Amino acid sequence: MPEVRLGDLLVSLYDLFGWGLSEIGLNPSVVSILQKLVAAFILTNFCLLTPLLTIWLERKVSARFQDRLGPNRVGPFGLFQGFADIVKLITKEDITPAGADKTVFNIGPVIAVASVVGIWAVIPFASTMVGTDINVGILYSVAVGAIGTLAIMMGGWASNNKYALLGSFRTVAQLVSYEVPMIIALLIPTLLAGSMSMNTIVQEQQVWFVVAAPIAALLFLISSIAEVGRAPFDLLEAESEIVAGFHVEYTGMKFGVWMLAEFLHAFTICALTAVVFLGGWRGPWVDQYPLLGVVYFLTKTYFVSMIMLWIRVTVPRVRIDQMNDLNWKFLVPLSLVALVVTALVDKSIPVDFSIGSRSLILFLANMVIVVATLLVLRGISRKEQAAQSELQAEVNSI
Amino acid sequence: MAHEWIFIGIILLFGTIFAAVPLVVNTIVAPKKPNVLKNETYECGMETVGDTWIQFKVQYYIFSLVFVIFDVEIVFLFPWAVAYKQLPFFAVVEGVIFIVILAGGLLYAWRKGALDWV
Repeated sequence: MPEVRLGDLLVSLYDLFGWGLSEIGLNPSVVSILQKLVAAFILTNFCLLTPLLTIWLERKVSARFQDRLGPNRVGPFGLFQGFADIVKLITKEDITPAGADKTVFNIGPVIAVASVVGIWAVIPFASTMVGTDINVGILYSVAVGAIGTLAIMMGGWASNNKYALLGSFRTVAQLVSYEVPMIIALLIPTLLAGSMSMNTIVQEQQVWFVVAAPIAALLFLISSIAEVGRAPFDLLEAESEIVAGFHVEYTGMKFGVWMLAEFLHAFTICALTAVVFLGGWRGPWVDQYPLLGVVYFLTKTYFVSMIMLWIRVTVPRVRIDQMNDLNWKFLVPLSLVALVVTALVDKSIPVDFSIGSRSLILFLANMVIVVATLLVLRGISRKEQAAQSELQAEVNSI
Repeated sequence: MAHEWIFIGIILLFGTIFAAVPLVVNTIVAPKKPNVLKNETYECGMETVGDTWIQFKVQYYIFSLVFVIFDVEIVFLFPWAVAYKQLPFFAVVEGVIFIVILAGGLLYAWRKGALDWV
C-alpha cells in the first residue's frame, strides 16, 4: 500500500486509488485508464466551475474600478450571483433562428468549451500534478486554443445573420493575426528552457523567465488578450458597431456556454502566462510539499488575471485598422527582433556563467531593445508631426 | 508515448460532454413557444435584405495568406528552439538568417501595402 504523504495529498490519493483497483485484481492498463478518467473528470469540473468564481471576482473588481458596488444581493457579497445567472439562463427559451444551419449552430459553443478545456490537460498545477506532460506542450496548447477560433467562425456563419457574420470575419482576421507574435513570444521561453514540455519549462525557471525575457512576456500577454478577444481588442463583439458579433442569435444556455468558453479562455491564458513566464508552481518549500505549488500557481494566475482586468477597464476599444497595424507593423517586427537578440546574446554568454548573471545580461539586452524601439517610435512620430505642420503651413499660405 | 495522449483524448471527450449537458438540460427545462416573428433573423427589428452568406472582403483573405506564410515558417523554428542549447554558435546564426529571410517577407508585404486596412 502506497504511503499517504500530506504534502502531496492529491497525488497520494491518486496512487492509493490505483493501488486499490489493482488489489481487486484489475489489469494494470485498465487501472491506469480508470485513474486517468477520474483525474480528467475532476480537472474538467475544476475548469467549468472556476469561471463562476472568476466572473464574480471580475464583476466585483471592475465595479470598484468604475465606482459602483457590483453584485451584492445574492448570497454574501453577491457570491452566488453566478448560480442565479445559470438558473436564469437554463430556464430561458432557446430560439434557433429560422434560416440558421442548425447542426453547426448547435455544435459551435460545445467545441469552443471543449477546445479550452483541452488546454488544461498540459498545464502543471504542481511538480507532480499535471494532466499529462507531453513533450510538445506549448505547441499543443496553441494548436488546441486555435480550435476555439473555428468554433466562433462556425457560430457566426451558421447564425444566418449579417452582424454575426461580420463578427466572425473580424474574429478570424484578429485571431489569425495575433497568433504570429504569440507563437514567436512562446519560442523565447522554449529556447531558454530547451524544451516544449510545460513541466520542464517550469523546472528550468530558477530565475523566472519574465526577468530574462520581459519583452516576450509582454508580447505574449498583449497578443493573447487579443486572441481571447477581450477589451481593448473586443472588436468581435463590439456592441456599438455590430450589435454583439458572432453570438447575436444565441439565446438561453447556448449563450451561457459561449460566455463560459470566453471567460475560461481568458483564465487559461492567465494560467499559461503564469506557467511560462512567472515560474508556475515555483515558490518556497515547494520541494518538500508539492501541494503548495497549486497555491503558488493559482496565486500567480489570479495576479495575471487582475492585470488583464485592469487593462480591460482602462483602455478603450481599438479600431480594426489600428488593431491590424499594431499587430503587423509593431508586435511582429518587435517579436522577431527580440527572438534574434535573445538567441544571439544567450549563445555568446560563456557557459560557466551562473543562471542569475545570464538572466541579468538577457534582461539588459531586452532593455536595449526597449530603448531602441522607443527611439524609433519617437523618430516616426516626429516625422509625422513635421509633415503635418508643413501641410498646415501650406494651407495657411493659401 | 501512446499513454500520454490517452489523457488528452479523455479530457476532450469530457469537455464536449460537460458543455453539452447544460444545453440538453436547457432544451428539457425551458419553455418552447416558437412563432414566425420570433424565429426571424435579429437585425434591429428590420427585415433582412438579400442573402446573408455573401462574398467577403478580399482584405481578410490577404491577411490569412500572410498568416499562413508566417505560421508555416514558425513551425520550422520550434525544433531549432528546442535544440538550441546543444547547437554550436554557427547553427544559431543559421537560424537567425532564416528569421531575417522571414522578416524580408514581412517587409515585402508591408511595402506592397498588403498590411494596410482599406
